[in-house]
Amino acid sequence: MKKIIESLILTTVLAIVLSAFLPWWAIMVAGLLSGAIVRLRNVAAFFVPFLAISLFWIVYAYMLSSANDFTLASKIATLLKLNGNVVLLLIVTGIVGGLAGGISALLGNSISAVLAKEK
Amino acid sequence: MRYFKLVLSLILTIGIFYGLNSKFDPLPPLGKFLAPNQGIWQNDKTYDGMADELSIPGLKAPVTVHYDDHLIPHVFAQNDEDLYRTQGFITAQHRLWQMEFQTHAAAGRLSEVVGAAAIDYDRTQRRKGMIYGAEKAVETMRKDPIMLAQLEAYRDGINMYINSLNSASYPVEYKLLDYAPEPWTIEKTALLLMYMTDMLAGRDSDLEYTNFIAKFGKERFDFLFPDFFDVNDPIIPKERDWSDWEVNTPEVPDGDFPLDQLDEIMAKPHPDNGSNNWAVGPEKSYSGNPILANDPHLQLNLPSIWYAMQLATPEKNTFGVTLPGAMGIVIGFNQDISWGVTNATRDVKDWYKITFKDDAKDEYWHDNQWKATTKRIEEIKIKGEKPFYDTVVYTHHGPVSYDETFMGNGNKGVGYAMKWAGHLGGNNQKTLIELNAAKNYEDYKAAIVHFAAPAQNFIFSSREGDIALWVQGQLPNKWKGQGKFLMDGSNPAHDWQGFIPQEHNAHVLNPERGFVSSANQHPVDVSYPYYIFNDGYEMYRNRVINDFFRSKEKFDIQDFKDLHNNNYNLKAAELLPTMIASLRGQNLSKQESDLLDEVANWDYYNDIDKLGPTIWEIWWNKLRYSVWDEIRNEEAPMDAPFQYQTIYLLKNHPEDPAMDIQETPEVETATDLFLKSFKATASSIADLSASGESISWGDYKATYAGHLLQALPAFSRFDLPIGGNSGIVNATSQNHGPSWRMIVEMTDPPTAYGVYPGGQSGNPGSKYYDDLVDIWAAGEYLSIKFMQNAQDNSGIQFSQTLTPLQ
Repeated sequence: MKKIIESLILTTVLAIVLSAFLPWWAIMVAGLLSGAIVRLRNVAAFFVPFLAISLFWIVYAYMLSSANDFTLASKIATLLKLNGNVVLLLIVTGIVGGLAGGISALLGNSISAVLAKEK
Repeated sequence: MRYFKLVLSLILTIGIFYGLNSKFDPLPPLGKFLAPNQGIWQNDKTYDGMADELSIPGLKAPVTVHYDDHLIPHVFAQNDEDLYRTQGFITAQHRLWQMEFQTHAAAGRLSEVVGAAAIDYDRTQRRKGMIYGAEKAVETMRKDPIMLAQLEAYRDGINMYINSLNSASYPVEYKLLDYAPEPWTIEKTALLLMYMTDMLAGRDSDLEYTNFIAKFGKERFDFLFPDFFDVNDPIIPKERDWSDWEVNTPEVPDGDFPLDQLDEIMAKPHPDNGSNNWAVGPEKSYSGNPILANDPHLQLNLPSIWYAMQLATPEKNTFGVTLPGAMGIVIGFNQDISWGVTNATRDVKDWYKITFKDDAKDEYWHDNQWKATTKRIEEIKIKGEKPFYDTVVYTHHGPVSYDETFMGNGNKGVGYAMKWAGHLGGNNQKTLIELNAAKNYEDYKAAIVHFAAPAQNFIFSSREGDIALWVQGQLPNKWKGQGKFLMDGSNPAHDWQGFIPQEHNAHVLNPERGFVSSANQHPVDVSYPYYIFNDGYEMYRNRVINDFFRSKEKFDIQDFKDLHNNNYNLKAAELLPTMIASLRGQNLSKQESDLLDEVANWDYYNDIDKLGPTIWEIWWNKLRYSVWDEIRNEEAPMDAPFQYQTIYLLKNHPEDPAMDIQETPEVETATDLFLKSFKATASSIADLSASGESISWGDYKATYAGHLLQALPAFSRFDLPIGGNSGIVNATSQNHGPSWRMIVEMTDPPTAYGVYPGGQSGNPGSKYYDDLVDIWAAGEYLSIKFMQNAQDNSGIQFSQTLTPLQ
């Protein structure tokens, strides 16, 4: 449980910091680093960073868009055939970010496993 | 196992990066697009890049910009260069994607952005010589050092904004299509002006007319396409006497015209691209001040073609609408004058048959000798694919648009070359700049001479009390009949023989009748000494407008607003009684006779809640479709005669051969067509009602303003509650209509009202993206805030100060 919380916090902090100056794939770097530093087992290795990045993107997107009454978000939700539903768009955003973050965390995890063995 | 996991997760990571970073049509690259730190969430804001203070390199003195309640910028600069630098900067801030997209569209570069689907469109633009025309305009503008410095300042202002952006702050369309803005250039300003030239002077039917006479003969053509209709209420009042001019017109040459059939012809601009303008002089104005109005009719797009601005320096103070990409105000007013434009619809595009010496197309026959061609190799870049190269051959006439590689008729050894006023290299930009600063009639007259194409009816009024209208353009002085049909490109007598002298462009100053107006109708009556033929002159709006101004003594602002919003359907009023009368006593079903009663009780106003306009519209379209079945059935493209002439025929020649429906054994007359088309209308309306659709005019017409990217529904506005139609003063049809409505009374300072169907911001995430649409649809106006100085800051949202970067 402790490791899960560590991973959540680390992934989120890295993602916030890196997103300030890297493009969208900042969250992939965050996932990679956090996966390498805090090694989780099995599905947790994917889902914990997934959750961290998803939440980060959803909260970040919500903060940007709610300040403008979701004017563009509802149009993009129409554009992407989500029926103009902003909640769905937020969920899709979270899943996209989560997938990218989770998978790169798996890579970080594997790299760290290989390095650990070689020591 | 660990290595296996490493390899697997590496592959997955690369895969997900690639998958989310790349565009898979029609989806945007989802990772980039949805990332809150880079994607569309960054665009969900009402204001773009609006710092209170900004340092701008190249600025000579501080500039103040006030933004009013609708985000209209009021710019106060100390000199012209600063003014245009700021105009470029601010316009880019709100309309960058549109500016670039429209110039890409003009230049035939859409394949770069949207992929191979646009190749034919791009080839058409190249083969029209759009870039060639822009280069000619740049050549002219570069000869004027003051203008050049201003254009450079405007360009640098735009680029300053572009350089301030990163992938997170790009307008949302760049993110959607996954590309990036490129630097602005002076050529792009010229391309934008070509975009307008093509829109307004790019329409001609010479090749369709040639196909027509090849099939039906010249006599039939002259009957159906007369140079003048039986009725004419021209722009320049008939009383205008031209007899004191010394006029030279070229002789009609001997020799034959080629009657080649062209099976495939390039797409043309919208036939309704036109406008209304009118002005009353002091004696017809309620206040004694001239009042002027204008409403250009264009496709209804978001972002709007127009961007409203006030542009002031110590020497001038101008308000109006700008075209994003061009300097200065296009339609507007200053302290002393107001002006507007409508399209003059003159035939300034002609076609020549070219005979090449051989397939190399290095030489063509002209004036009894082989002359050298030049060639432009057009590289059309295509997103995700190798470029397409198109060689366009140029003769002294202009580009050979059609040859065996492109549309036309596929015949080898020949081509069809375009001669177009759009290639003359006029300086339209200079006209705008000078009009912005004009103080009186003489200044206005001097300003418009640079305007070559598209020929425009420049309407004018001044605080001094003058009203005027010039039909302005560089207009070829044609022999009678020249340029109506395909001409012989080897015969020098078929070349353009010079231009109508500037002083002889049709014009009128302070006419007796006390008002001037234009609505794309015939510019003059038969007494005008130069050859003009009817290439689609409007026949309805102009008569409603002129009749209105003849109807009483004095006019006020409300009259002007009412006229902008006037839904009277003169076309229906002129034909419908005949149609209805012919149906009386015919055997009609209950539903049919109910519909007939409905339309018979209609007052001819195309208001949104009425059924009459819908019945008329469906009936009329079916009727003229059946009148011109013989033309539609031809393989070679031909134009059906104009609606006015069709109605003339139905009323005066009911047994004309055109009335016969080819596929039926019997010979129909107009009466038969009225009945058949009415029954078909009743059945269409029954179908509409059965499927639960409202047939009230507003619902049936369903006006919309479509986003520039093929009316992307998410960024468009649909079902706008507005009446009118094509051919009505309120010319709002489904996706076309008044793109800017302006009324100016020449008080001191002028009092003005204006509105356009859009909003100042080009960002679909901004509240100012479409905030004017509903005001426009309701027939209402903004009271224009015409600030008298930079300190006059009442009613503004916020201000910016731009300071020179030290």
